[in-house]
Amino acid sequence: MRKLWTIFTLCLLLLVIFVPAVFAEGEAPAEAAKIDTGDTTFVLISAALVMIMTPGLALFYGGMVRTKNALATIMQSFFIIGLISVQWVLFGYSLAFGPDISHFVGALDWIGLNGVGQDPNADYAATIPHLAFMIFQGMFAVITPALITGAFAERMKFPAFVVFTLLWATLVYDPVAHWVWGVGGWLRELGVLDFAGGTVVHIISGVSGLVIALMIGKRKGYGSEVMMPHHLPMTVIGASLLWFGWFGFNAGSALGANGLAASAFVTTHIAAAAATVSWVLTEWIHHGKPTILGAASGCVAGLVAITPAAGFVSPIPAVIIGLAAGIICFLAVAVVKAKVGYDDSLDAFGVHGIGGTWGAIATGLFASTSVNPAGADGLFYGNAGQLTTQLIGVGASWITAIVMTFIIIKVIGLFMQVRASAEQEVQGLDITEHGERGYAYQDFMTGSPVSFSVSTSAATQEIVAKKTTLA
Amino acid sequence: MRPITKVDIITRPEKLEELKDAMNKIGVTGMTVTQVYGCGLTKGHTEVYRGQEYNINLVPKVKVEIVVCEVPVERVLEAAKTACRTGKIGDGKIFVYPVANAVRIRTGEEGDIAIMDPADMPK
Repeated sequence: MRKLWTIFTLCLLLLVIFVPAVFAEGEAPAEAAKIDTGDTTFVLISAALVMIMTPGLALFYGGMVRTKNALATIMQSFFIIGLISVQWVLFGYSLAFGPDISHFVGALDWIGLNGVGQDPNADYAATIPHLAFMIFQGMFAVITPALITGAFAERMKFPAFVVFTLLWATLVYDPVAHWVWGVGGWLRELGVLDFAGGTVVHIISGVSGLVIALMIGKRKGYGSEVMMPHHLPMTVIGASLLWFGWFGFNAGSALGANGLAASAFVTTHIAAAAATVSWVLTEWIHHGKPTILGAASGCVAGLVAITPAAGFVSPIPAVIIGLAAGIICFLAVAVVKAKVGYDDSLDAFGVHGIGGTWGAIATGLFASTSVNPAGADGLFYGNAGQLTTQLIGVGASWITAIVMTFIIIKVIGLFMQVRASAEQEVQGLDITEHGERGYAYQDFMTGSPVSFSVSTSAATQEIVAKKTTLA
Repeated sequence: MRPITKVDIITRPEKLEELKDAMNKIGVTGMTVTQVYGCGLTKGHTEVYRGQEYNINLVPKVKVEIVVCEVPVERVLEAAKTACRTGKIGDGKIFVYPVANAVRIRTGEEGDIAIMDPADMPK
């Protein structure tokens, strides 16, 4: 009961803080820039497309865990939609895109969306309402921390996950988004190209995932027990939703219904297609069988890699970026991970960290001003300097992700248990953290042996069979 | 009371339909079927997920439990062997046990009468 009151008071406090913001609205400048209905339509629909990626990710990840952790894994992505949307509106957007403070972070002028209204903000997008830009970016802020959950799947406690996500979004995502995309951000001023978030979204989430995976250790029984995906069709639905939503993610980043959006849409699709093919072929040669999990993973790897380059490259480079992404990411998850021996449960690092890094570098190779005059030429178009610039962006985001994630996890560890106990892991997080289960019957090959009695003791490794009485 | 016998047949899931047909032909009226995992001489198979290889040495099987008294056990064994044999490793095992008693819950009847089809009962 006391806890309830604490939460209630907290909400009330927030309300009081943000009330002035609500009434401060309406003081918009008299002469508003012209809103383009086509652009606005396109960006709003793109925002909706990006939104569906997070539930898509929930299914993508949810299918890859064991039955006993299916809901807990889906819950992490789904809950983030709520949590980060609120954070974004209250102060996240202001930190990321608000008026610049020393090229490092946005000021809190736009707290509670104060001054973010129906008129355009010419700094970011002159032809759409500022609110449309805000919500489009908000969807990016939502999916980025959700990507990390793949690294610590099946072993992180929910309260620690919530606190981590909130701190990480505020202390890592918002500043890095400001560096790369915010007016005055130092990486943007340096000329780092990141069309739709290779650096901002994928590198920092993937690398942060690796750091957590290393810090909290491997899952109990990793390497000795069978830990295979419990529902690959679910994973394929998730991957398909990601691919679908990614058109909003990349094409929408043109912030207008124009030729650049079409170009980004095309490069996005080709790269995903190419990576699907190359991952499957690589796996086929390597392990003798082409797998659907490989195809689903390949498309995501291609989508990740093309993201920073989507609006700067032409179709053939997109094919090359995709083909390479499929091979590089496959080797990262199938060879390097096994050799190094860390447990990145669902390969958040192998796919997003590595794929994002390759994409950011590839942007420095293949970018061309003939595709996007607002961009720059890459190495193959006679501008070697762009590659160096991209590498600085990659280095800065890697270092930030590593250092900040390490600090955040250490600090949280002082106040709460970050990792689930051995007994909770055996029973599964669905039951122990959420008190519900995804499936009435859990089979023992891909889930936990459970009985329907009220026993809460750690389940033993006995065979629990599904009883079926045939007529 | 005639002796009651239980036969457990653990075999390939894909042989279940053939086994049910064979049992039906020799007049076995009841059975309980369970999906189980097991290994005998079967070495299992390898599955690969994102390059991670798993040796699955517990393979899916079905367990068919049959209790008989009227039908001779030998006929059950013979029919089961014929239905389930492929000649390859993994065909399964049959176990035979004596049963102390049987009770039909609906009527409370005990012994051999409890497991017989009422139509076959001696008038």
